[in-house]
Amino acid sequence: MNDLLAGLGEALRLILTLDAELIEITLRSLRVTLSALAVACAIGLPLGGALAVWRFRQRRFVIATMNALIALPPVVVGLVVYLLLSRSGPLGVLGLLFTPAAMIVAQVVIITPLVASIAHQALRDLWAVYHDLLISMNATRWQRIATLLIDGRRALLTAALAGFGRAIGEVGAIMIVGGNIDGATRVLTTAIALETGRGDFALAIGLGVVLIGLSLTVSWASHWIMRTERRGTW
Amino acid sequence: MIRILAALAVALVLPTLGHAETMRMAATTSFQNSGLAETLLPEIEIDTGIEVELVVVGTGQALRLGEAGDVDAVLVHSRPDEEAFVEAGHATHRREIMYNDFIIVGPEEDPASVQGSASAADAMARIAETEAPFVSRGDDSGTHKAELALWNAAGVEPEGGWYRPVGAGMGAALNTAAGMGAYVLSDRASWLNFGNQEGMAVDYEGDPAMFNQYAYLPVNPQAHPSVKGDLAAQLEDWLVSERARTLIDSYRIMGEQVFFFNAEEEN
Repeated sequence: MNDLLAGLGEALRLILTLDAELIEITLRSLRVTLSALAVACAIGLPLGGALAVWRFRQRRFVIATMNALIALPPVVVGLVVYLLLSRSGPLGVLGLLFTPAAMIVAQVVIITPLVASIAHQALRDLWAVYHDLLISMNATRWQRIATLLIDGRRALLTAALAGFGRAIGEVGAIMIVGGNIDGATRVLTTAIALETGRGDFALAIGLGVVLIGLSLTVSWASHWIMRTERRGTW
Repeated sequence: MIRILAALAVALVLPTLGHAETMRMAATTSFQNSGLAETLLPEIEIDTGIEVELVVVGTGQALRLGEAGDVDAVLVHSRPDEEAFVEAGHATHRREIMYNDFIIVGPEEDPASVQGSASAADAMARIAETEAPFVSRGDDSGTHKAELALWNAAGVEPEGGWYRPVGAGMGAALNTAAGMGAYVLSDRASWLNFGNQEGMAVDYEGDPAMFNQYAYLPVNPQAHPSVKGDLAAQLEDWLVSERARTLIDSYRIMGEQVFFFNAEEEN
């Protein structure tokens, strides 16, 4: 209990004093996760839309596989990305291991199935409503997907926020491919793991409070920007 | 407009020119958890201009990273593995830098009464005999290997419900031991720097068998063209210098010296 209270105190102290290291690792956490999220959305949202609109024989199989990939263990993703990016691996020449880019790659793999799956769930329902209208307007397949993505944007926000949540709190994969290097690849979650290892629970909890605060801020900000739950805006 | 662009370009390029060269070193958890890394790395950057990026893993993984050419040097503590590593051509040579020692940490009440042990092996035998809970690193690290060597010396095959390998770093193993009132083998530096010591104490220390030598191994640039052999050599020169001796020997945790510089001038 003492450690929890000390942790809250530590969190306050870190934030109020604008601790330089805290700001650095917080910004790095945001940069890595938002980059990964942008890529994951660029792949996952159109994929979710396509799976809602496009009927093909293996559709059910593809959707079931995508849903299963949500449970991909981050540690395994980390290990596979490590082996690919290692100097001795097939992509070693790129020299990406132990850089933020490697962390972004791992996070994209982890969250793309989640983003695509939630997007698909939301757009499938919307498609049921729009189906007759779009067919009667003789819209092409791409126009149908684009319409769903635009009109379903608020539901897609949920998909993006779920992806953000999974990525910002992830530690197993980015520890392996990033290396938790001070000043280069250390982010909030790996810093928490480090301080826990040192037995400095107060600082670890303090960083945890900052991390949770960050997730809340991002969620609030995005809902405010998208003007959800307001009268007259669907 | 062109002038502005040129000024911008200069402003963007200059900081990178003045920026220190970076190299990567894989080091053991004890090097970082003890806090020594935080003391040495900034000094290294000031003296040599090299920014050392530290990848902190167990000795086993550190050597794997070196073998793959993912780091430029490793700083570890498990002599037989280091010699095999050099033998296999992964590193050019092995250079001893400093040592500290292992201690047996356990509950203050000392249920297996290891405090009066004649030797480290005797202490381990007493723990096995009473089947007092023992947390093992179980992660192929230098500390884990030292522990296995001690069990071997005690003639004990550590098995059963009392023996709990956690497969984690030193700090996590200490946390686990503290939580379950178990014994654990730790390096002194990590223990002294450990924030969660409540109810735990050093129950046995001082046997020369628990001597813990750290060595520096520059990864062989011939095996991996991407390895920065020149920076690794510069770092080695610094690590064996008088400056390093002063910093390492004067590093104190709670008033105790924890690392002892013992590098030889000549290779």
